[in-house]
Amino acid sequence: MSTLKKLLTASAVSASLAIGLSALVQAQSLGTPINESQLQGFDLIAQPNGSGYPAGSGTAMQGKAIFETRCVACHGMTGEGTSANTRLVGGDMQSEERPIRTVGSYWPHASTLFDYVQRAMPADAPKSLTSSEVYQVIAYILNMNGIVENSLVLNKETLMQVEMPNKDGFIDSSQAL
Amino acid sequence: MTKQGLEIVAANGLINRRHLLGLGLAGMGAVASTSLLGADAGLNLEIPGWSKQPGANASGYGSRSKFTEGMQRMSGNPNPLYPGGGASRSPLHQLQGSITPNSLHFERHHAGIPDIDPAQHKLVIHGLVRQPLVFSYEDLLRYPMVSKIYFLECSGNSGSLFGPNPADGSAQSLHGLVSGAEWTGIPLSTLLDEAGVDPDARWINAVGADAASMGRSIPLNRAMDDVMLALFQNGEPVRPGQGYPMRLFVPGCEGNISVKWLTQIKLTREPTHFRDETSKYTDTRLDRKSQQFTFPMGTKSVITAPSGQMKLERQGIYQVTGIAWSGRGSIRRVEVSADGGKTWADAMIDSHQSEKALARFTIPWQWSGGDAVLQSRATDSHGNVQPTRTSLVTEKGNISTYHFHGIQSWAVNTAGDVANVYA
Repeated sequence: MSTLKKLLTASAVSASLAIGLSALVQAQSLGTPINESQLQGFDLIAQPNGSGYPAGSGTAMQGKAIFETRCVACHGMTGEGTSANTRLVGGDMQSEERPIRTVGSYWPHASTLFDYVQRAMPADAPKSLTSSEVYQVIAYILNMNGIVENSLVLNKETLMQVEMPNKDGFIDSSQAL
Repeated sequence: MTKQGLEIVAANGLINRRHLLGLGLAGMGAVASTSLLGADAGLNLEIPGWSKQPGANASGYGSRSKFTEGMQRMSGNPNPLYPGGGASRSPLHQLQGSITPNSLHFERHHAGIPDIDPAQHKLVIHGLVRQPLVFSYEDLLRYPMVSKIYFLECSGNSGSLFGPNPADGSAQSLHGLVSGAEWTGIPLSTLLDEAGVDPDARWINAVGADAASMGRSIPLNRAMDDVMLALFQNGEPVRPGQGYPMRLFVPGCEGNISVKWLTQIKLTREPTHFRDETSKYTDTRLDRKSQQFTFPMGTKSVITAPSGQMKLERQGIYQVTGIAWSGRGSIRRVEVSADGGKTWADAMIDSHQSEKALARFTIPWQWSGGDAVLQSRATDSHGNVQPTRTSLVTEKGNISTYHFHGIQSWAVNTAGDVANVYA
């Protein structure tokens, strides 16, 4: 093999090696490392197992005032709603008629109420409630459904103990083909 | 039929799909109205005005003919109590092929379309991973990408057909929450692998950057399969209404889990049970138990022309055409009936069908001015056959109105009016 040919071959090998290495480096390093502590104001996910709840607390009595200011335009003074989609109170999944599905009759986890109100409500100003205001207003919604007493102090611990009437009403179909 | 005529393959005028190929005017004339054959003495062709003067200059951004501006998505009136909520439906009855133009692709929003500056947008992957990571838009553009053609369908599409009475609607108003596009992006597994999936992780929880911070939980095994972080749609950056600068794309599954404006993926042992996977997008059965995480869209087809609220102006040959799709595979067969499902004929479908994409089907039909009920029935690559509306509603009930994929019936009356019916 001529010197020129050797040189060309060697450079081709090193070039392909370089491409291979850079692909490897690229695949491992484009994301920037971050710590969970840096995500405390960003991660709103609150799960039924108790993970993701902020400090704060409140009662249904406190939540009534917030509800009547911020929520009644869509959800009505007693949670009766202005449409099937905005009704929060009542219903019975075992009723003979077509069941009315609300937070009280349908939602399987109280955690969903916290998670959703915190991230998406009120619809005209999402994320404008403080954590304690969220605990208060969901305590009031649960109270209107007869699920908690109006004096219960709702916080991350007590919320985990709330049992929803339809907690056994769901079937996980996520692995169905 | 006569030798030079067309072979009728099912009752009420359905013609062998072979006649789609090389269908000559002579052959067509054997069945079609004779006015197609005779010369019109009053018609003298002249060079039109636009052929006698230079046209418009090239432009920086294309626009459609002013003569097609009537082609619009259909969206309801804004609800002041639900700002940004709602949907816009594709004009299926006016489209052809199997790709929906981006400007006419259906949309569904839960809190409006955010105006996101890609330079400030972040995608975070965290939770049960070896190393939580944050990605910028620029970072993501440097990854190798894949392009695939997929349908996207809202699980509420066609939901009114669960109702007791047939709505007076069009293909667009009844079925317009489905579209097809080529999506380009990064396999999500690439990014999850980079963060290092913890062996305890079972779910990803995907959250958007819209005002509702809409979230959905997706099993990790599915997320590591064919799920994509989509950055481009039909070759251009994903539009704001579709999740700019990036969205999740979960092929074949109800559109809601393809979270738009994706900003967070958290790996966990359990699903979050977000509002949109408990209160909404769940399927209450007749026994009052509700199925959760019902992701794949069923095997389905719909005739887009002739379709509801159209009028057949004269007797003769029409091309019955529509779209078919399956969330579990590709479309292998579409049959069409013109007599409400008593007799069926195979429609022509595009020969190269990809998985979880729209398939265009067509069959010639001779309308002789009588009553007809047009239906289509799709079969996918796994042998799943589109059910009748009656069997679907009998099985699922109508407490929930998601995942309707029963057979649509379009009735044609003697005046040529086409209407949605239950047949």
